Amino acid sequence: MSAYVPVLIMLVLAVATAGGMIYATTVIGPKKQFPDKMEPFECGESPIVSPKLRFNVKFYLIGLFFVIFDIEAVFVYPWAVLFKDLGLFGFIEMMVFIVILAIGLLYVWRRGALEWE
Amino acid sequence: MFADMIESVAKILFIFTVNLGFFAPILGWVERKQSALMQDRIGANRADVGGFTIIGLFHPISDAIKVIMKEDFIPAGAEKLLHTLAPAISLIPAIITFAVVPFGGQYELFGHHVNLVIADLDVGILYVFAFSGLATYGVVLAGWASRNNWSLIGGLRASAQMLSYEVAMGLTVIGVMMVYGTLKLTEIGAMQESLFHWGVFLQPLGFILFFTCAVAENKRAPFDMPEAESELVAGYFTEYSSFKFVMFWMGEFLEIVTIAGLVTTLFFGAWHIPFVSDSALVSFFHFAGPNGAAVLAMLVNITTFFVKVCFFIWLQMTIRWTLPRFRYDQVMKLCWKMILPLSLVNILITGLVLLNG
Repeated sequence: MSAYVPVLIMLVLAVATAGGMIYATTVIGPKKQFPDKMEPFECGESPIVSPKLRFNVKFYLIGLFFVIFDIEAVFVYPWAVLFKDLGLFGFIEMMVFIVILAIGLLYVWRRGALEWE
Repeated sequence: MFADMIESVAKILFIFTVNLGFFAPILGWVERKQSALMQDRIGANRADVGGFTIIGLFHPISDAIKVIMKEDFIPAGAEKLLHTLAPAISLIPAIITFAVVPFGGQYELFGHHVNLVIADLDVGILYVFAFSGLATYGVVLAGWASRNNWSLIGGLRASAQMLSYEVAMGLTVIGVMMVYGTLKLTEIGAMQESLFHWGVFLQPLGFILFFTCAVAENKRAPFDMPEAESELVAGYFTEYSSFKFVMFWMGEFLEIVTIAGLVTTLFFGAWHIPFVSDSALVSFFHFAGPNGAAVLAMLVNITTFFVKVCFFIWLQMTIRWTLPRFRYDQVMKLCWKMILPLSLVNILITGLVLLNG
């Protein structure tokens, strides 16, 4: 675990940097607030629709695909590292796995989940 | 133990100085100069100290002073806490991703073993993906917490785009792992001592796919749909001002540096000079004694690495100002229907070649 200590130090430094920047920018600089300025930016118009509306289901689908495919990709990583030791048998095994992954992709594709119009 | 601590602190300070102190400010200037060059303009050249302008190099300093004097502004309808946190969430992963990228080899210095990487993790590449995935939160929260239609659309586009390209990017490097048999970036770098073992010759398709995904993951043109200024004002950071606005830009610039570092390490021989092996470099400097030779070889390797990094930064800048923006459906189509199947094919071909070779 000692290899992760520098990462922790770096994380602390990064948080301190980002926090310092945010703190500095809220302290320095003028504060002049009036109602028109506090409205959401809409090129001078008042917003007609609230941003709290429902949005396209496609974005949720992409989130689902991400979970499925990224986890499958992570399964392939250990195999890729040990590829030369596992040889032909390991290769065929993993190809079966990847073909199943590809069939999943093909299914999603044919059902039109990847179409954006 | 004590020497290890000094080594770690020195490396962290070095990377902080180079990334936050040099690359992050200077890339804003580079971007302006590069765009000016390509559009036949002069570019930033007015800021001066006592009449000296040095081709506009004072602009990063004057920009920083100007920006921090501006009003920090949160719209009335926004989620105040998340609106404030979002820039930090997108900047912090960009800073710490560089921790696993080796910027030099390994040296024996005064009986102490020096390994020029901040954290030599066994899971190297996985660490990079984990933290570049975290950056998605910053963008999505910025878009959502602003309570502005432009920001929300920008944030949504960013979420789908970054998630999609994260998957594709994860699959494109599998070929590299198969060839080198490790996830450690230091080992991958060390194995590219000979020019013919560079990743770009062993994994040409992998390089093109990875570089495309990395640029798309960083939301830069031609993939800058989330911040498309001609349709979404500024996308997810429309409602940001002063230094919080700049933090998104710093995050983007630091990711450019990290991408350049990763491409160098995975595909372009890391810190090695073509046709010059590590031992040849050390024996070339033998006149300086064993420790002096190690120091000189170290400096040459660090310089080589950052020269390559600068080249890939320049390449990303050129791509940014050369290509027009894609439509959103084209961006998603490129990812799911081109890069993803091609990276699976790349795994298949790599496996077949390795088994026969």
